[in-house]
Amino acid sequence: MFVAPRAGELAPARPSGTALLTDISLSDQTAEFAARVESARKAGAGDFRFRVMALAAAVAVMVIFAGVIVSLLAGAMPAFRAFGLSFVVTEAWSPTEETFGALASIYGTLVTSVLAMLIAVPVGIGIAIFLTELCPRPLRRPIAIAIELLAGIPSIIYGIWGLFVFAPWFQLNVQQPIIDATDGIPVIGTLLGGAPYGIGIFTASVILSVMILPFISAVTRDVLETVPGVLKEAAYGLGCTTWEVMWRVALPFARTGVVGGAMLALGRALGETMAITFVIGNAHNIDSSLFSPGTTISATIANEFTEATGALYTSSLIAMGLILFVITFIVLAAAQLMLRTMEQRAGK
Amino acid sequence: MKTAFANPGLYIRRRITNTLFVVLSFAAAVFGLVWLGLILYALLRAGITAFGPHIFTMPTPPPGMEGGLSNAILGSVIMSVLAVAAGTPIGLFAGTYLAEYGRHHRFSFFVRFVNDILLSAPSIVIGLFVYEVVVRRMGHFSAIAGAVSLTVIVIPVVVRTTENMLLLVPNGLREAATALGAPRNFVIKAVTWKAARAGIMTGVLLAIARISGETAPLLFTSLGNNFSSSDLTQPIDSLPTRIFNFAMSPYDDWHALAWAGALLVTATVLVLSIAARLLEKKQRT
Repeated sequence: MFVAPRAGELAPARPSGTALLTDISLSDQTAEFAARVESARKAGAGDFRFRVMALAAAVAVMVIFAGVIVSLLAGAMPAFRAFGLSFVVTEAWSPTEETFGALASIYGTLVTSVLAMLIAVPVGIGIAIFLTELCPRPLRRPIAIAIELLAGIPSIIYGIWGLFVFAPWFQLNVQQPIIDATDGIPVIGTLLGGAPYGIGIFTASVILSVMILPFISAVTRDVLETVPGVLKEAAYGLGCTTWEVMWRVALPFARTGVVGGAMLALGRALGETMAITFVIGNAHNIDSSLFSPGTTISATIANEFTEATGALYTSSLIAMGLILFVITFIVLAAAQLMLRTMEQRAGK
Repeated sequence: MKTAFANPGLYIRRRITNTLFVVLSFAAAVFGLVWLGLILYALLRAGITAFGPHIFTMPTPPPGMEGGLSNAILGSVIMSVLAVAAGTPIGLFAGTYLAEYGRHHRFSFFVRFVNDILLSAPSIVIGLFVYEVVVRRMGHFSAIAGAVSLTVIVIPVVVRTTENMLLLVPNGLREAATALGAPRNFVIKAVTWKAARAGIMTGVLLAIARISGETAPLLFTSLGNNFSSSDLTQPIDSLPTRIFNFAMSPYDDWHALAWAGALLVTATVLVLSIAARLLEKKQRT
């Protein structure tokens, strides 16, 4: 007959096995048996309570997520009601006239993120390949840790550094020569024209690319390590060069994971706030030049929210927050599905 | 039949491509390291000159006056402690649910999905959420609202690491304890939590590192305060928002204090990250 032992008795080790046997034989005696049943019932109740607490905490995570969506929707309602669809397709942003259009911010968010990805994806994959294939073994860990520290540095530090150190240097040594060199060339001259402000869309993109670099290289490194050694050895055995092994064998194998990692980084880039707020210039316009100041959704909210007077102004900023959340949600959800697929494949 | 050797042009082309590729990969790694070096160098140079005991003892000054960052440091510590105290239990239990109770349950799939979204969601959106839910209800900015927004950032970090670390605990341990007749909650508390202790601490350290530099959600929840305050219902200062305000100001002495604050925040975050990494390594071996 099975009798559940008292929970508390398990903690101290029993002196010997015989004590356990005595316990069981004693348990047929009624008083002892009743006490056992009672303590088992208590342990069961405690077990149930614990389970409920764990479940409640898991539900809490869902509730927070739902709360974010519901509260943003509620806060954004006045703005959407006042402007309708024109909110996302007009550029005008005038607190004094109470007309708000998010287009300039949405444009800035998308352009900075795309530019940052153009820089960070090749560099991040390069770092990952360097670390998995080319780097001398003793140097691998230190370099990997150093690259990952880049992800640990808070956004605001990138911001203050970008504003005081990077932007002035960039203005003098990169922007000015490029503007001079491309002046007069169609398209490129326009894209890289204007005055060298130092701060602006392009500067923000460069800083952003460094911030998301570690995410791309870390995920890529992880998935490259799941490539079976025999695949690479077979390719090397056929006489392939390192480049051919990486480009034709390892990367195609790890493709889903690499794309997933890039999407994860894109999600970060879209929502990045403080670093951009420092270096983008916060101008509500869409300029043909990438060197001109602009703004992003997050930078606009960070700059203007506490100073927003009037319900419509606040609501418009919250509406932009909702748009940002929806965009990042889609990107991050896609990233997760890809990384999950990769994980499952690695598990098999 | 043509082979690579019969076609020296192809052979040379392949070698050149490969060399180019190796050089570019190396350059990519150097690129990353150079940025880290430049940022840390600038931080140390500008931060150390502005650093001193006055940073910890004197409150933020008006422009042109002498002062430190004591109110900002106090505010950051208060809000971080509250956020970790509130967020760790919720994250621990939710992570435990995912790893121990509902490992293969459909509901867990959704929780994991939502948690990973929250983990990477823009923190400024979290700030807007807390503004709507707390600040608007209270009618004003407060330390509580700041702490709530940091809690929302702590929870997903702790959930993710707790689940990962509990999954590393071998099932044999759970089975052995269960076979002795221990109830499930006892197995979890005395066996799996204990076995994953270092890993769970890793999650908490990572969460603290994460919120130490978090600025965006505090801008419109705790706002900032020029004076020392420990009143939780009132606006409170924090290091990151103070760095933001001072760096954006036109005054040189405020810039210097911003650099000192930046150095302090970065040092804290890097020390916590490295400690977390060491603990995680201990857990995995």
